[in-house]
Amino acid sequence: MESVMAVVVGALFAASVYMMLRRSLVKLVIGLILLSNAANLLIFTVSGLTRGKPPLIPEGMDLPAGGWADPLPQALILTAIVIGFGVLAFAVVLIRRAYEVVGEDDLDKMRSTDL
Amino acid sequence: MLIAVLSGFILAAFAPWLARSVGDKAGWMLSLLPAGLFVYFLGFIPAVIEDGALVIHYTWIPGLDISLNFLVDGLSLLFALLISGIGTFIIIYAGGYLHGHPHLPRFYAIMFGFMASMIGLVLSDNLITLFVFWELTSITSYLLIGFDHENKHARWCALQGLLVTVAGGLALLAGLVMIGLAAGSFELSEILADGDVLREYPLYTAMVLLVLAGCFTKSAQVPFHFWLPNAMAAPTPVSAFLHSATMVKAGVYLLARLNPGLGGTDLWLYGLGIVGALTMFTGSFMALRSTGIKAVLAYTTVMALGTLTMLIGIGTELAITAAMTFLLAHALYKASLFMLAGALDHETGTKDILEMGGLRRLMPITFVTACVAALSLAGLPPLFGFIAKELMFEASLQAPGIAFFATVLAVASAIMIVAMAAVFATRPFLGDLKKTPKHPHEAPLSMLIGPVTLAALGLLFGVAAFIPAAAIVGSSVAAVYGAPVEVELYLWHGINLPLMLSILAVVAGVVLYRQWDRVLAMFERMTFIDRFGPERGYEHVMRGLDWIAAWQTGVLQNGYLRNYLTTIVLSTVVVTGWTFFFRADGAISLEDETGFTFYELGVAALVVMGAVVASVTSSRLGAVATLGMVGFGIALIYVLFSAPDLGITQIMVETLTVILLVLVLYRLPDFLNLSNPVVRMRDAAVAVSLGGLMTVLILAVNGVTVNDPISDQLVAWSVPEAHGRNIVNVILVDFRALDTLGEIFVVGLAAAGVYAMIRFRAEDKQK
Repeated sequence: MESVMAVVVGALFAASVYMMLRRSLVKLVIGLILLSNAANLLIFTVSGLTRGKPPLIPEGMDLPAGGWADPLPQALILTAIVIGFGVLAFAVVLIRRAYEVVGEDDLDKMRSTDL
Repeated sequence: MLIAVLSGFILAAFAPWLARSVGDKAGWMLSLLPAGLFVYFLGFIPAVIEDGALVIHYTWIPGLDISLNFLVDGLSLLFALLISGIGTFIIIYAGGYLHGHPHLPRFYAIMFGFMASMIGLVLSDNLITLFVFWELTSITSYLLIGFDHENKHARWCALQGLLVTVAGGLALLAGLVMIGLAAGSFELSEILADGDVLREYPLYTAMVLLVLAGCFTKSAQVPFHFWLPNAMAAPTPVSAFLHSATMVKAGVYLLARLNPGLGGTDLWLYGLGIVGALTMFTGSFMALRSTGIKAVLAYTTVMALGTLTMLIGIGTELAITAAMTFLLAHALYKASLFMLAGALDHETGTKDILEMGGLRRLMPITFVTACVAALSLAGLPPLFGFIAKELMFEASLQAPGIAFFATVLAVASAIMIVAMAAVFATRPFLGDLKKTPKHPHEAPLSMLIGPVTLAALGLLFGVAAFIPAAAIVGSSVAAVYGAPVEVELYLWHGINLPLMLSILAVVAGVVLYRQWDRVLAMFERMTFIDRFGPERGYEHVMRGLDWIAAWQTGVLQNGYLRNYLTTIVLSTVVVTGWTFFFRADGAISLEDETGFTFYELGVAALVVMGAVVASVTSSRLGAVATLGMVGFGIALIYVLFSAPDLGITQIMVETLTVILLVLVLYRLPDFLNLSNPVVRMRDAAVAVSLGGLMTVLILAVNGVTVNDPISDQLVAWSVPEAHGRNIVNVILVDFRALDTLGEIFVVGLAAAGVYAMIRFRAEDKQK
């Protein structure tokens, strides 16, 4: 499954960069969402894929039964998903606000707003 | 010794305060430090004559093998004595020359900083320490040249001096590191003990060229000589100190210092010999063209530096003796002449020789001292300068390979220098009294004690040449030559070729002096010299740098996000890809241990399809919907591969994301097609290149485990230590609790931002 996942992650990265290269603000946001998903999936894939062995410890035992998927990358990705959502929410509202002020969705035409 | 070197820096910190509280006599009081150092260094003379060299050790940064070792031999002692001795007089002199100057306290501080750096430079045994002091002298001299910082020209000159010497300094650093690598040690005392190691080093040529670049820029050799006359923008005490004994001689010092290690090759002989001889000639020629009293002296300094470089290049026993004798003689008469020039300028208010005249009655002491020092400059008996010049002629005549070239240029320079020495000693003093901006009278004691003492020493050393020979010249020659040398200096050498050349130089020089006004008039018409000098080259380089800076800023900082992004992505792809395919083996593994089922493939296909459709669709709702498809697909992948917590989180976040996008983005306009197909294809290529690289990299690291995962320990601790059965949760809220707290803070901050922006909108609408 690693080779399949490699292609999936590559496709997500390509799609996100392509979207971020667009001039439309909305597409930029979509690119950001794809990028954070791609990065999470990248970490998940390279830390090793394991089927059916969640890092959960049954009652009465000190270790998961029969091996476990590495819990540390999962913890890191979980943090990243939540932070990513925070950034996204902020970016979306910011863009909405910028659009209201400038009345323009084209990044090229927003260059003068910092003057 | 450590205290001796650092005392200047310490005093530099307190000097402004001292100068302010003591007032007028601060110069005299502060000069006690260099005077004390001078006496301290004198105390080393017997030991150096006895043992040749002393090394004094202090540990500095043991981890990097940098130690604070000091090497005391004839050469470093000669320089240390000159720096502290002349420094004493300069500090006294500055008290008189800059009397009442509002920034005098600051001047003392920088001056002591410079003096301490210079003493550190000549005494360092470690190459790295030496380089640190070397750069410190560049920086402090920048501050000194630009001392009159409200004057734009002074700032420009200071910057020029700094840029030229620091650019050379960079080359020097590379050269010194190569020397250290070649010799396996950064200690001069160890490196110079076996010079053959350096000469046989495969990169010897590059090493020498780099070191020469540093030394030539510092010591104003052709074609870098132009900064030195411009450095005359500094107050005269600075010129007298920096351009007689010290800063500009740092390059000469290093050449002399490295001579036993690097010298003795054709590259060294021709490189130093030819550049030195050309510098010598250029210096005296430019001196002849100048009428500014300090400019004349600056160019004769260029001449002296060229002579020293040439003599070190020639490298015979005789040439080194000549170099060390000349070094001492030059320091004595040049410091004296500079201080006299400052006195003249201070009393008359003009710097132009042509505007001065008839000062002999008003400034008799200055006149007599100027005559004595100028005689030494011209190289007439019985002054010490005569001995130096005789030796120089003799060494040029015997120079291997370049004897004719060196001798012709030496004699030509000597003629011009005799003429300029005569101009300096007579023009301001003889003839009718000319009207000058200030009413002249004799300079105060503080401004005369230095030049008189130094000129008198020049006379004493000439008459009793055995004193300097025995005390210091002998051991310094031995240090530069790398073997003990019998040095005896005499005023009278008998009737021989060097004496004939001296007589020729004096006679021709006097003739030239009589015709000087006509010569000057002739030079005025030759303006092309200024148009094609190396200084124009410097200006072109500076303008070029400005232009490149403006151009590259325009290209790189262009304000378009997509251009930045393209640059970043392409650089990443090229650098990483090149490293991976050409530096590493570029092997990827298609081996798939986990295997895959059809529904897993289906999910993967959904994610890829979602991403592609989201990128190309022209419908906003379609993009949001396919984006949701991607997100939920990823959640499924998490669940399938043993990460239920990730799956749950992803589903929640994805739901919120879709709602948010629908709510907010739906109020924005439809997607516009803002770019043409060519641009889209180009962007797609950039995007695919990154995606491809990521795929390849994942395949390359597939199944590679460098270290055991640290999480095994976290799993083992989970129940007994943290009493939790969901290990991911335990890590988040227990082992990495602080991290999670930070995360909560970030999300809270984002929420506050969102709330604030929505509130603003509401308020806007109410208005």
